[in-house]
Amino acid sequence: MQDFFDMGGYAGFVWPSYGIAAVVLALLFVFTWRLLKTSERRLAQLQAARGRRPRRDRAGDAPAAAAPHETAPAEPADAAGEMR
Amino acid sequence: MHRFANPNRFLKLANAILPWAAGATVILLLAGLYFSLVASPEDYQQGATVRIMYVHVPAAWMALFVYTAMAVASAVALIWKHPVSDLFAKAASPVGAAFTFIALATGAFWGKPMWGTWWVWDARLTSMLILFFLYLGHMALMNAFDDPQRGFRAAAVLALVGVVNVPIIKFSVDWWNTLHQPASVVRMDGPAIDPAMMTPLLLMAFAFKAYFVTVVLLRMRGEIAEAKVRAISMSQVHG
Amino acid sequence: MTRKKRRLYFVGAGMLALFAGAALVLTAFQDNLVFFYSPSDLQAKQVSADQRFRLGGMVEEGTVEKQGDTVRFKVTDYAASTPVTFTGILPDLFREGQGVVAEGKIGSDGVFVASEVLAKHDENYMPPEVADALARQDPAWKEKLGRSVEGVEPAKATN
Repeated sequence: MQDFFDMGGYAGFVWPSYGIAAVVLALLFVFTWRLLKTSERRLAQLQAARGRRPRRDRAGDAPAAAAPHETAPAEPADAAGEMR
Repeated sequence: MHRFANPNRFLKLANAILPWAAGATVILLLAGLYFSLVASPEDYQQGATVRIMYVHVPAAWMALFVYTAMAVASAVALIWKHPVSDLFAKAASPVGAAFTFIALATGAFWGKPMWGTWWVWDARLTSMLILFFLYLGHMALMNAFDDPQRGFRAAAVLALVGVVNVPIIKFSVDWWNTLHQPASVVRMDGPAIDPAMMTPLLLMAFAFKAYFVTVVLLRMRGEIAEAKVRAISMSQVHG
Repeated sequence: MTRKKRRLYFVGAGMLALFAGAALVLTAFQDNLVFFYSPSDLQAKQVSADQRFRLGGMVEEGTVEKQGDTVRFKVTDYAASTPVTFTGILPDLFREGQGVVAEGKIGSDGVFVASEVLAKHDENYMPPEVADALARQDPAWKEKLGRSVEGVEPAKATN
C-alpha cells in the first residue's frame, strides 16, 4: 500500500499530475453545470412571464412551451441563424 | 447535417445522448484510473512516472482533436451559416483549453524527473503552448462583441487560421530535433507501447472523449438557452 | 455562383494559402529552429567559443567518469563524438547508452562545458520483464530500437 502512494519515489510528480487533471476537469464540469442551470432557469422565468401568448412561429422556439411549433414549417438554414 | 442546423432538433438529439455520454464517462474514468494506477506495470526505463502518461497523452490527444473539430465547425459555420456549428465551436473551446492546460502541466511534472527540467522551448512544447493561447484567444473573441454573430465570425476565422498549428504539433518531433521523443502510438511502424500499457492509455483516452461529449453538449444546451433568453429580452425591449 | 459556393471557395483558398505560407515560413527558419546540434553538426559548423548552444546525442559507452561533483563523458551520434564536462545534478535517467541534451559552450580545447544536462528518452515503453527478456536475447537491443538520435542509425553491437 505504501508502495502505491510512494510511486517508486516519484510520488511528488505522479500524484500532482493526476490531481491537476482531476481539479481542472471537475471545475470545468461545475462551471458548465452552473452556466446551464442559470440560463435554463432564467429562460423558464422569462417564458412564464410572457405566458402562453401565441407568437409568430420561428425555428428557435422553446420546446418547453405547449405552442404548436412542431407543425410550423422548418425555416431555411440562413434564416435560422437569427434565434428570435 | 443540415437537419441539425435547427437548434431545437439538435437539442432533442443532445438530450438523448447526454445520459449515455455521462454514464460512459464515469465508467471509463473508473476503469481507466484503476488500470492506470493499479493494474499496469512500471516502465523498464521510466519507472512509476510512466503512469503520468495515462493522463498526459490522452489530454494532448484531446487538445488536438478538439481544436480540429472546432476548425471544421468554424468552416461549416462560415460557409453554410449553421447556427449549431457556431454554438459547438463556442462550447468546445473551453474544454479544449482545459485539456491543453492539463497536457502542459502534467508534461512538466513528467519532464522534471525524467528529462531534468520542467520546460524547454523545443518545437513540441512551444507549439502546444501556442495552441493553448489560440484556445484562449478563441474564447476571448467569442465574448468580445455585443453582437454574438460578430464574435462567432471572428472566432471562426481565428480557429481556421490556427489550425495550421495542429499538423505542426503532431510532426514537430519528426521535422525538428526536439527534447520530446517521437510518437509512440500513431506511427508508421505501429505502436511502440507494450499492450499492458496500451490498455490504461486507451481507456483514459476514451474516458476523456466521453467527458468531452458530455460537457460540450451541456455547454451547447446552456448556450441555446442563453440565446433564447437574449432573444426574448430583446423582443421585450423592442415591444 | 451562389453566395454559399463563393464562401466555400474563399475559405478553401484561404486555408491553402495559409498552409503554403506556414510551410514556407517554417522551411525558411529551419536553421533557427534547431534545438540541438549533434557532434557531427559541430564538426561541420564551426561554432565560436563564446556561443551558447545545445549538444545532443547519446552518452558514449565507457566514457563516463565521475570526479566528485564533476562528471566527464562523451556525446556521440555514432559518426562523431564530443567530450563534455559538467558540474551539477544529473537527471535520474542519465547513464551510458542513454540520450542526452547538454546546454553550454565549447571551449578552445574542443571540450563542451555544460551548464545543464538533460536526459532524452526514446518512445518505447515496456515493463521491466519484457526489457530483460529482450536484453537476454540481444544485449544491444536498445540501440537498435527506434531513433533516439535524429537521422542517425544506431551502431550495430557486433563490431
